[in-house]
Amino acid sequence: MAVVLDKSHRWRVAAAHVGLICFIALTLAPFLMLLSISLRPGNFATGELIPTVISLDHWKLALGISYQGADGQLIEPDFPVLGWLWNSVKVAGLSALIALLLSTTCAYAFARMKFAFKPQLMTSLLLLQMFPSVLVLVGIYAIFDRIGTYVPGLGINSHGGLILAYTGGIALHIWTIKGYFETIPTEIEEAAKVDGASPFQAFRYVLLPMSLPILMVVFILAFINGINEYPIASILVQSQDQLTLAVGSKQFLYPQHYRWGDFAAAAILSGLPITVVFLMAQRWMISGLTAGGVKG
Amino acid sequence: MGRLFKKAAPAVLMSLVVLAGLYLSLQVYLSGQSLAAFCLVGLLGLAVYVYTSTKAYNYRYLFPGLIAVLLFVILPIAINFSIGFTNYSSKHLLSFERSTQYFLDQTYTVEGGSLAFTLHPDGAAYRIRLEAEDGKVFVTPALALQNKAVEVEALLPTPADAPLAEAADTRTLIQNLKALKLVTVKLPDGLSVSAAGLREFAPVRKQYLKQPDGSLLDQESGDVLRPDMEQGFYKNQAGEEMQPGFTTVIGFDHYVRIFSDRALSEPLVQIFIWTVLFAGLTVVFAFSVGVVLAVLMSWEALAGRAIYRVLLFIPYAVPGFISILVFKGLFNENSGEINLVLGQLFGLTPNWFTDPFLAKTMLLIVNTWLGFPYMMLLCMGLIKAIPSDLYEASAIAGAGPLTNFFKITLPLIAKPMTPLLISAFAFNFNNFVIVALLTGGRPDFLGTKIPAGTTDVLVSYTYRIAFEDSGQDFGLASALSTVIFLMVVLLSLVNMRISKTTANEQG
Repeated sequence: MAVVLDKSHRWRVAAAHVGLICFIALTLAPFLMLLSISLRPGNFATGELIPTVISLDHWKLALGISYQGADGQLIEPDFPVLGWLWNSVKVAGLSALIALLLSTTCAYAFARMKFAFKPQLMTSLLLLQMFPSVLVLVGIYAIFDRIGTYVPGLGINSHGGLILAYTGGIALHIWTIKGYFETIPTEIEEAAKVDGASPFQAFRYVLLPMSLPILMVVFILAFINGINEYPIASILVQSQDQLTLAVGSKQFLYPQHYRWGDFAAAAILSGLPITVVFLMAQRWMISGLTAGGVKG
Repeated sequence: MGRLFKKAAPAVLMSLVVLAGLYLSLQVYLSGQSLAAFCLVGLLGLAVYVYTSTKAYNYRYLFPGLIAVLLFVILPIAINFSIGFTNYSSKHLLSFERSTQYFLDQTYTVEGGSLAFTLHPDGAAYRIRLEAEDGKVFVTPALALQNKAVEVEALLPTPADAPLAEAADTRTLIQNLKALKLVTVKLPDGLSVSAAGLREFAPVRKQYLKQPDGSLLDQESGDVLRPDMEQGFYKNQAGEEMQPGFTTVIGFDHYVRIFSDRALSEPLVQIFIWTVLFAGLTVVFAFSVGVVLAVLMSWEALAGRAIYRVLLFIPYAVPGFISILVFKGLFNENSGEINLVLGQLFGLTPNWFTDPFLAKTMLLIVNTWLGFPYMMLLCMGLIKAIPSDLYEASAIAGAGPLTNFFKITLPLIAKPMTPLLISAFAFNFNNFVIVALLTGGRPDFLGTKIPAGTTDVLVSYTYRIAFEDSGQDFGLASALSTVIFLMVVLLSLVNMRISKTTANEQG
């Protein structure tokens, strides 16, 4: 910008820096507090914000190591935090993989093939996606209760059921991938077909390798959705060791049994890897989202 | 060999899937769910057609995805909708047949005439020897004693019968007591007896007998139970409701209740107002903070913008359920760090969780904190698209940054932002997670029939009706979700209309 610089301009830059730093300090304060809480002895917040005595007890519990309490009693970790994290990663990873598989083939059909009711199907898929799953929890519970009586591995209180329940939410992914497919010229696939490739071979060996970036984006989006999902997991999974992180971590903060310090350590331990993945993925995600959103 | 395998593999896989599917359908059919079984077979047939016929080739790519949507999105909606017309709840969990069967399975022990019994091992199985008070002895054939209800006939021992082994000790008896209690032994005189303790079998009779008119006769007291198909209960002659009730269709009763029962509709109106307010204010606050930050982040004179951007993005990157729980702890009235700081600085310790107004304020603060980075990202993208000569022209005209912001930036991003803001509104309208994890809807209204919270939004209220409160009124919750559905549809349609017009205007 070719703007004339004057004295007030420099003041404004300085003010902006100060304002931003204050704002960021305020927004990130909760996490700094969390760190100090996780290192402070005891489960009740009393006294100093910066701990004078460092205690690793909360971290030991979060990592599943028992330790000797102040009264000489051996304190055992009663929440399998790492197990919950693993459950979350497993469920989110598998469901994202299945969702990716289903939505890629659907998107291929929507982008490249002709069939009856195509536009209507696309619109109704998108409309259906807008209903929040919280509203149909009763229906979802009823279905998996029924499925469980025939196939126990896919019913209530099983990870299989949870993974299946998440695979329904693919409409947005179809939309995103379809938008990307449409930016790739069809001539390349046509050429492959002239050379004798079947539609499936053109899809598998020509289109898919070129779409790898968007497939990554969709996988990461589906993965993060799976990690963060709370309502369905809260009704489908019940036993302690089967819980996902989103449902399990709530248990630290029951009013009757309030374990602030243990929660802080567990939250940092389990939240950090997810946050890092998210931060690394954000650049692709923004481009992927706009690619899907702008194209129609 | 390899080529042969490649050619045969799809056919083999297909047959395996079909066989597994047919087996499952058979299981479903045998358990009495014939409609579900027929649907399953139909689906299976469709799958075979799609994957074998060349005419349906294009649908091969769609089929798995559409099935997933059908099963896990459309079917739950349909089930939910239909449950809304029934009284399905914790008091009416069973179907009419299962509820009736429950009553018919009830037995009672008749006074007197009990028989002493001993258990005799016979290989891995056991035989039961019963001795009546008058000295008559009956023996059952060998029983496997699994945890299953069985009925056997006991006979007078004949001389040809093999002698019984020595009677089992008390420990074995205790181990097998649970299975023994499920055994009904029919004596030659027609009396049925079952285990009444470690040493004796007592005659039992069915408590209820089904009458031709569908009512149940209580054989012990002579009372008669009649099914009340409207309320979903068996009632005795005194008009008392007998548990367990059964699920029955009650039509639009829930909908009528939602709109006319004051005990229900009054908190509902309050909750609706708060839901709109919560979603609206969240969008306004998050957008205001986001757009200011976006302008700053687009200001080229500002050094270190990349670092600021990542730091500002962090609240969005941390999984929501963790941040919300962190805030729940920080806001804690007695031991939270926020009250600690406020207390030391100003001598204040607000009751964030017990005062309705403060609880609402807290929800808005946390939700704004969660939502502003997303708004910032969206605004940054849109600001990038504004041609810079507009700002140059305004600089020549001597306009300050505030004028630029209100006269150029805001008007130009307002239009493309509108559909995105409406989606954000719709998302927060149904933002269940933050309410469920932060306040749980509490503090509750005083004196309502069904617990309702001052910070509940519609969806969290529905969730509480269905899954938290003692009533577990699935029917009412389903009806309520149908009503919320319609609101969301309306919102989505408005949004689609607006996005379409903006898209058209942009070319």
